[in-house]
Amino acid sequence: MPTPPSDFDVKYVANLARIQLTPEEEQKFGAQLNNILGYIEKLRELDVSSVEATAHAVPLVNVTRKDDVRPSMPHEEALRNAPSKANGLFLVPKIVE
Amino acid sequence: MLNQLTISELRTKLSKRAASAKEVTQACLDQIKRVDPQVRAFLSVDETDAIAQAEAADRAIAAGLPQPLLGIPIAIKDVLAVKGQPLQCGSKILDKFISPYDATSIAKLRKAGAILFGRLNMDEFAMGSSTENSAFGHTRNPWDLDRVPGGSSGGSSAAVAADECIASLGSDTGGSIRQPAALCGVVGVKPTYGRVSRFGLVAFASSLDQIGPFTKDVRDAAILTRVLAGHDPLDSTSIPEPVPDYTADLKGEIRGLRLGLPKEYFIGGMDKEVSAAVQTAVKHLESLGAQVQEISLPHTDYAVATYYIVATAEASANLARFDGIRYGIRVEGADPNELYMKTRGAGFGAEVKRRIILGTYVLSSGYYDAYYLRAQKVRTLIRQDFLKAFEKVDAIVTPTSPTPAFKAGEKSDDPLQMYLSDIFTISCNLAGISGISVPCGFTSSPKLPIGLQLLGKPFGEGTLFRIAHAYEQSTNWHKEKPEWITKLS
Repeated sequence: MPTPPSDFDVKYVANLARIQLTPEEEQKFGAQLNNILGYIEKLRELDVSSVEATAHAVPLVNVTRKDDVRPSMPHEEALRNAPSKANGLFLVPKIVE
Repeated sequence: MLNQLTISELRTKLSKRAASAKEVTQACLDQIKRVDPQVRAFLSVDETDAIAQAEAADRAIAAGLPQPLLGIPIAIKDVLAVKGQPLQCGSKILDKFISPYDATSIAKLRKAGAILFGRLNMDEFAMGSSTENSAFGHTRNPWDLDRVPGGSSGGSSAAVAADECIASLGSDTGGSIRQPAALCGVVGVKPTYGRVSRFGLVAFASSLDQIGPFTKDVRDAAILTRVLAGHDPLDSTSIPEPVPDYTADLKGEIRGLRLGLPKEYFIGGMDKEVSAAVQTAVKHLESLGAQVQEISLPHTDYAVATYYIVATAEASANLARFDGIRYGIRVEGADPNELYMKTRGAGFGAEVKRRIILGTYVLSSGYYDAYYLRAQKVRTLIRQDFLKAFEKVDAIVTPTSPTPAFKAGEKSDDPLQMYLSDIFTISCNLAGISGISVPCGFTSSPKLPIGLQLLGKPFGEGTLFRIAHAYEQSTNWHKEKPEWITKLS
């Protein structure tokens, strides 16, 4: 099995992904993800220099619809699942001083 | 027992008034009470709502309405939006979420007259191959309660195998319909990418996800796929391709059809009984008149690695929306960043966290070209392998899973081993083609189902149904049931 990258820092990447990990999770996931990254290294065996990337298997381009006015979800429905709301708005922690 | 019947059998009974939709629905609800304390396929069931739908269906039957699924109870994986019903994707993070609208697939089933009920257990956000990653406990395989039903749609496959519903819906991103169908001994279909609208399906990996049915036989799968398929203006990736009547060609006639056996799928690591059952099935297909030839899919060995880059990258973006602001749980923090970190840390389970972290890493600055872009290029090679093969053959035959159902806990601490159990199903999603799993035998001791996978061209579902139906009708594996389920019923 190829060597996994030595610079994989699970804490740093979890922070980028906005996921708080416990110290136990950091240790466990770090080891498991290194193992998976080692496996993924096998893609380096292939020469892909002249291959186009596939983002979607069935290419459809410029899918548009008519710019017609149509009903949208009622305000109160959109707020129904909110964990915190007031005056028809989502409540969030203070963002600007 | 009405709950043991197929859609086509029930259609006959209902139209002759030999049974009512209410009786059929009650039979399913009774079976859930009998067997689900052991199987644990359902997260919840709204009985009142199911009975109300059944009574409406009986009125429609009395009025002579000709809908194709009128009065048929179909259970739903907890990843699809059903208006007014809970939706949690097997996750704590979507605690108390109620769907504000119907998914297009659900709206189509409603229009066809189906009774939609229950929330079926799944691996959290469809990430897993055993249904052990659900935040609400794992579902058990009706054939052996110590074993997993497969995943991620393990609730959907177990519920059909245990006759708790007539059919069910699941979703398949890397095998999540076909693998559990194989492990539970039922039929499961992964339609071509773009065949079924994804509107109202909670996204895992948007370029791979497809919705499909679990059924008791191939004819039912053809009936349901026809209802589900078709263009939807609400999903820009759904394809405006006409939907054929898939049942019209189910005549048991497959003479002259060309089947390919990929040599890369029959090497090492496969369970001996699985391998033998698949070889026997191939001989059987030959005896029915199919022409079998060896083919090569040279990039097969790279599929799992490619998948776990593409799927996790897309998941890391799709699951960014679960941040504690608009729905689900919220763990308060001093600032928005702390709120996101704590909410996602508390709300997501281990496998979802691992995959989001992996996906974030392969997309991050400095690693994008080495991982994500390279994987997208290998995806092109994998797709080309299939398109080349389909110049020579009409369908490809493989095992669905390298092993029968494994024991709960056996792979849960080793994510890579779990990923490798999807080795035969993953390429189909990367290539965007169609696939089906049908029962093709059992292991001897313990008796566990084995699945045969057929892979077809893009929009080749009709050919797959034709082959699978001819095979099924001349073998009858699909009629076997777990003994304890039959005794209880």
